[in-house]
Amino acid sequence: MNKLPLRARLATSVGGAASKVSRLAGRGDGSVIGGIIGLRLEPGLLAMLAQDREVVLVTGTNGKTTTTRLVTAALAPLGEQIASNAFGANMEAGMASALGQAPDATIAVLECDEKYIPSVLKATHARVLVLLNLSRDQMDRAAEIWLLARRWREAIAAAPDCHVVANADDPLIAWAAAEAPDVTWVAAGQRWHDDSWCCPRCGSHLRRAGEDWKCGECSFTRPPVRWALSGDDVIDPAGRVRPLDLALPGRANRSNAVVALAVAEVFGVDVVHALRGLRDVASVAGRYTTVERRGVAIRLLLAKNPAGWLEALDVLRPPPEPVLLAVNAQVPDGRDTSWLWDVDYRRLRGRQVFVGGERRTDLAVRLEADDVTFEVVAGIDEVVDRVGRGSLEVIGNYTAFQQIRTVLGRAA
Amino acid sequence: MTSSLRLVWVYPDLLSTYGDRGNLLVLERRARLRDIGVESVFVNSDQPVPRDGDIYLLGGGEDLPQVLAARRLRADGGLAAAADRGAVVFAVCAGYQLLGHEFGGADGEPTAGLGILDIRSGRGDRRAVGEIVADIDPGLGVPALTGFENHQGVTRRGPDAAPLAQVSVGIGNGDGTEGAYAGRVLGTYSHGPALVRNPGLADLLLGWVVGPMRPLPAERDELALTLRRERLAAVAP
Repeated sequence: MNKLPLRARLATSVGGAASKVSRLAGRGDGSVIGGIIGLRLEPGLLAMLAQDREVVLVTGTNGKTTTTRLVTAALAPLGEQIASNAFGANMEAGMASALGQAPDATIAVLECDEKYIPSVLKATHARVLVLLNLSRDQMDRAAEIWLLARRWREAIAAAPDCHVVANADDPLIAWAAAEAPDVTWVAAGQRWHDDSWCCPRCGSHLRRAGEDWKCGECSFTRPPVRWALSGDDVIDPAGRVRPLDLALPGRANRSNAVVALAVAEVFGVDVVHALRGLRDVASVAGRYTTVERRGVAIRLLLAKNPAGWLEALDVLRPPPEPVLLAVNAQVPDGRDTSWLWDVDYRRLRGRQVFVGGERRTDLAVRLEADDVTFEVVAGIDEVVDRVGRGSLEVIGNYTAFQQIRTVLGRAA
Repeated sequence: MTSSLRLVWVYPDLLSTYGDRGNLLVLERRARLRDIGVESVFVNSDQPVPRDGDIYLLGGGEDLPQVLAARRLRADGGLAAAADRGAVVFAVCAGYQLLGHEFGGADGEPTAGLGILDIRSGRGDRRAVGEIVADIDPGLGVPALTGFENHQGVTRRGPDAAPLAQVSVGIGNGDGTEGAYAGRVLGTYSHGPALVRNPGLADLLLGWVVGPMRPLPAERDELALTLRRERLAAVAP
């Protein structure tokens, strides 16, 4: 830290003070405001703060926050201090703030928004770049995903020393990482296929056989994998099969865990030790947490886009457990609700479903088309009153999820 | 039950970026509620487009898939043949553009479309993103269009295509009009599940095939009409 130039040190300490004030004022966890002020004072702050640290960048459409948490847990056996933007503040300010708050950390595990990968990769000279998946998400403001993959390719080509850990089951990810000199390919699965019918290289139809995929025209093929998720087990590079036994639910999290093990391998952490760390992670930034509210046990799931909803619906406990679905369309959610029509809700037929959030009418029309019966509610407390006791599953998109957390937080 | 209605979803593998499935689901539902049998066919880009469909649906897509879809549809010829014999074609966004004579390709270069609709599209300076409201041609007898647009296209019409609507909120074609139609071929920049908020437009398409239809029972239309009102109120000046 003392090696930082005076201006950067000032930027860090002023930013840090702002974080503290922000937290005391009850305005969020303070992880962004400090970074914003710091970056304004010193635009090169992120590069300076990242210097002499081993940085892992985690990106993709879904699973960034969870994987960041899992990678941090998998690296814990190293016994080093690890800096991480663990609460999902994944733009430059959030990363700078996380680094500034942990001046002695020798390792940094940073979640990075997809769009910022080129600049952040350059600024941090990351040792490892983790590419999880790419699918449609908040199309009203994000770049189209094929363009995004093309920018990643260029960024990776300009960073030959970076080791890439990439999901071989997502063709767009495989294309983005294909030219990297050093890649660990992971069979992390792809539940959502609707954005990868075509070869990212030549546009022809991709042929799939089970997990495997290849282009019918050019030679583009699923790369051979080093790590694989197989049901509830991980298969390591030596071919040994081990149960994951995670506390986190769902296939998506099992695949995130396998990715974390592959990152741990780059750092020389033994799979047995890394696994121990992964199993301790029970909730991530409020997700998967169970909160008690007036006698009802509420479990919170976050889903921000069609692929995320598919995974969240997979995780739902079976009926008769009631479900609340809550959808907003604020700027962080994307202003457009068209994506609702990409999610198949038919499996909710026959169970008790509540519909909430600011765009509940959009959601109601969607469920009506899928012949799902539902009750429209004004908020989480109305659901709690109607359910009365037992447990409740909640799936919300970004700001709807945060609003429910705020209400439940007041009760706790 | 009257004879079955054949819906053809053209290239969901290439042209389905924004919940385009919604249009198919809305047409299916509104037909079934009137006891009209429906058969839906999904045609991927490596399959021939059947020529005997009643309503063809084309969705939105990114630049590269749009170019590929146009190339394959031209080679296949099925959609043009169906449109020729009077089938209904409803296309949104990228699908709308590729019905025309040309559109902007992956780097904005002019790319040949199908020429089913007398329009030419290119790339504008700015992306049009947001709610759109437009008054539909009174001749079609359908209330105002409400939707969400997200495109960078600018579309000019030739003499053989009429504007679908006049824009009151949003960008549309870029000249104050939105969408275009000729006969039973109709395209719009209101992307994705455009028919969800516009049940009148959905019924117009169905009616072109099966003739005059009775209105839906009010309770079956209530949610869609509530959604229309909410979205129109949200952007009211």
